[in-house]
Amino acid sequence: MEIMYILIGCSVLLALMFLCAFFWANKTGQHNDTYTPSIRILFDDETTEGEDK
Amino acid sequence: MAALKEEIQTAEKCFHCGDKIEETGYQLDHHDFCCLGCQTVYQVLNNSGMQQYYRYNQHPGKSNKSKQEDFSYLDEPQIAGKLVDFEDDKMTIITFYIPAIHCSSCIWLLENLYKLNPNVLQSRVDFMKKQASITFNHNQLPLKDLVYLLVNIGYDPKITLQDVVKEGNRNNLNPLVAKIAVAGFCFGNSMLFSFPDYFGMGNFEKEYANFFGYINLAFGLPVLLYCASDYFKSAYWSLKQKRLNLDVPLALGILVLFLRSAFEVITQTGAGFTDTLCSLVFFILIGKWVQQRTYYHISFERDYRSYFPVAVTVLTESGDKPVQLADVHIGDRILVRNNEIIPADAMLLKGDAAIDFSFVTGESSPVSKTLGEIIYAGGRQTGEAIELEVVKPISQSYLTKLWNNENYKDYDKHFQTFVNFISKYFTVVLLAIALLAALFWAVDGSASRAWGAFTAVLIIACPCALALSSPFTLSAALSIFDRNKFYVKNTAAIEQMATIDTLVFDKTGTISSPKATSIYFEGTLSIVEKRLLNAVCRNSSHPLSREIVKWLDVPSSMSVQDFKEFPGKGMQATADGKQIKIGSGSFLDIGHVKTDGSVVFIRIDGELKGYFTMEQSWRDGLSALIEDFKMDYSLHLISGDNDRRLDALQLIFPSNASLLFNQSPMEKLQVIQNFQEEGKHVCMVGDGLNDAGALRKADLGIAVSDDINNFSPGCDAILDGESFSKMPDFFAFSKDAVKVIHMSFGISLLYNVVGLSFAVKGMMSPLFAAILMPISTVTIISFTSLMTRWYAKRRKL
Repeated sequence: MEIMYILIGCSVLLALMFLCAFFWANKTGQHNDTYTPSIRILFDDETTEGEDK
Repeated sequence: MAALKEEIQTAEKCFHCGDKIEETGYQLDHHDFCCLGCQTVYQVLNNSGMQQYYRYNQHPGKSNKSKQEDFSYLDEPQIAGKLVDFEDDKMTIITFYIPAIHCSSCIWLLENLYKLNPNVLQSRVDFMKKQASITFNHNQLPLKDLVYLLVNIGYDPKITLQDVVKEGNRNNLNPLVAKIAVAGFCFGNSMLFSFPDYFGMGNFEKEYANFFGYINLAFGLPVLLYCASDYFKSAYWSLKQKRLNLDVPLALGILVLFLRSAFEVITQTGAGFTDTLCSLVFFILIGKWVQQRTYYHISFERDYRSYFPVAVTVLTESGDKPVQLADVHIGDRILVRNNEIIPADAMLLKGDAAIDFSFVTGESSPVSKTLGEIIYAGGRQTGEAIELEVVKPISQSYLTKLWNNENYKDYDKHFQTFVNFISKYFTVVLLAIALLAALFWAVDGSASRAWGAFTAVLIIACPCALALSSPFTLSAALSIFDRNKFYVKNTAAIEQMATIDTLVFDKTGTISSPKATSIYFEGTLSIVEKRLLNAVCRNSSHPLSREIVKWLDVPSSMSVQDFKEFPGKGMQATADGKQIKIGSGSFLDIGHVKTDGSVVFIRIDGELKGYFTMEQSWRDGLSALIEDFKMDYSLHLISGDNDRRLDALQLIFPSNASLLFNQSPMEKLQVIQNFQEEGKHVCMVGDGLNDAGALRKADLGIAVSDDINNFSPGCDAILDGESFSKMPDFFAFSKDAVKVIHMSFGISLLYNVVGLSFAVKGMMSPLFAAILMPISTVTIISFTSLMTRWYAKRRKL
């Protein structure tokens, strides 16, 4: 059952990677503005439509 | 005809901004526009993809929202250097605060700036903060031109050197968020490694029990040392000041949790409580985050510097030069143009000064000054450009002194919140129970049980739920207020609001609305004359002209020749062969006329036809509001204005209200102070700079503003003029919120009693703690959120 130690080590390591990913996202300001991107994503279609006309 | 016209008018809404279209509407592509600004933005949007710069129309009837500002100071590298975020030899990044951002089209337009000018490399909008971050090539496009580019499409950036908005931007919650992340990570993992123990382990699995214990301790360590560090610091400071705040029992609980867990794991007597420790810290940190969260990006801490212009034109021998305010010295000759603010106490040297002091004194009509007179800072020049000599440095001007007055500065709003009040007794009782339980078992001769009971009491009674009840209730209330356009600074202000028993109102701009004016005409006008006036007034963007056009309510088809507008004075034109002059008494050579409010005289072909008088009218629902407040609050009015409308106010206010007029800002502050010395909890409702002192001095200062992005003095809450009539509901709701806190306190106490009954016996399994702690937390969070919203619904908020 020594495999348990390895498995636990792996799972903690994986969780730590997710924690680091969160820190990285937070540090690069990905959570600073959570509203504007939701609008921005709708724009591309509008532009092409405008150009087609 | 008139009735039909009105119907059409109310039905017609601006295609771009949705405002009602006034007499002076615009049409393009079969769409109607309320103002040129709107139409232009439409044009730009319509021509998307074309890099055609829109041609600025010279017509003076441009929306009065944007007064053409002079941005030449942006050419001064010293000033520009303070505004930009980043600069190298190729490009510059600058973040503007643009109050006009309000819809998705705004974002689209501002992020496609590069189509208008290829020298804009990139632009990003933060909608909630109303900010645009623009990267541009400053070699091809100077900062000034970039600002003009924005102004021309109707997005005037608000530029101040003391950029409160930017400062707020830097103050992010990252340390707290990081702590929550770490606590959450440890919580999840330690919960996982506690499960085997909770479910029971077979004999062959026992070898792992010790390993799980140590791994749990390893997760508890960062939570104790990093995530909970603020609680230990706060507890230490509060003990040092011989005060007991809620952080003391919290810190004690956290510490005891860890020590007992470590003890159990090392001595191999149990599994420890690490998962409870992590969940406790995780939840209270979330409570803290909720409390700090703001829903709307408004600055409540504006000072005089954000009201003043960034730079002023100084007249030197080598010509005019824009100089930033800090570098203006005594003896400098400055030039103040129409609509500019006088930044320092100065002596009038040249020109006709008609100073609008409404922001400083509350008096609404402009004051004329003679040459050689000292003009105090803060006034706005209306009329031609004037020359002044600075007599006092800006830091010592009347206005600045008023703002920095000692009386306001020393003042620190420390009032006792419910939780602070409770925590004193809570801690004492908690320690007493813990010691008694320990003593009981010690006398019984069971040392290990005494230790067990003592630690269990401190763990189980750790006021986690209590610490969460007020943040969650108040932040729910905060979001409800926000939805109703009442922006409260922080959660503590809501608790303060519930204690208010005295309301003091300012008059001009607070209970009367600067938007709604009542207009009266003295004299007689024939239909033809009305049409003549209509034709002339339509050409002017002055608010009074617009009011007159509305009042006249006649169709216009006449053309006007030789139209000339004299800012701050009036206008003249020829129509139908008749000479028409409209304006102030001095402009029409009538001499000084003793009148109240704003007066506009009419002269047609040299003959005086009469005059319009304009008064601000009361806000909608004022009398109903006073009626609602009358029962539970004592009401007062202090106005910087004169008492010409005393009669009307006496009818609205109850007979025991004191109505004070001609009050200077210092006197206003004194009145508030007197009320406070009588032991009253005073709320000041004001709007202008003249109320700034009173707003800060009062237990709760509410600034009423019709455009919340505009300047408002430092205060605890900003109320949008639209929601003025809802004020009684707001106050009642704040009391409901406090009621919810009391109720949730009762619930958390109930959990504590249940937990304690087990703890004092020295019997508390880790599983019991691990279940009770999250359950009580979840109960409190859901109860407070639901209750607060239920109360809001009942109040129709």
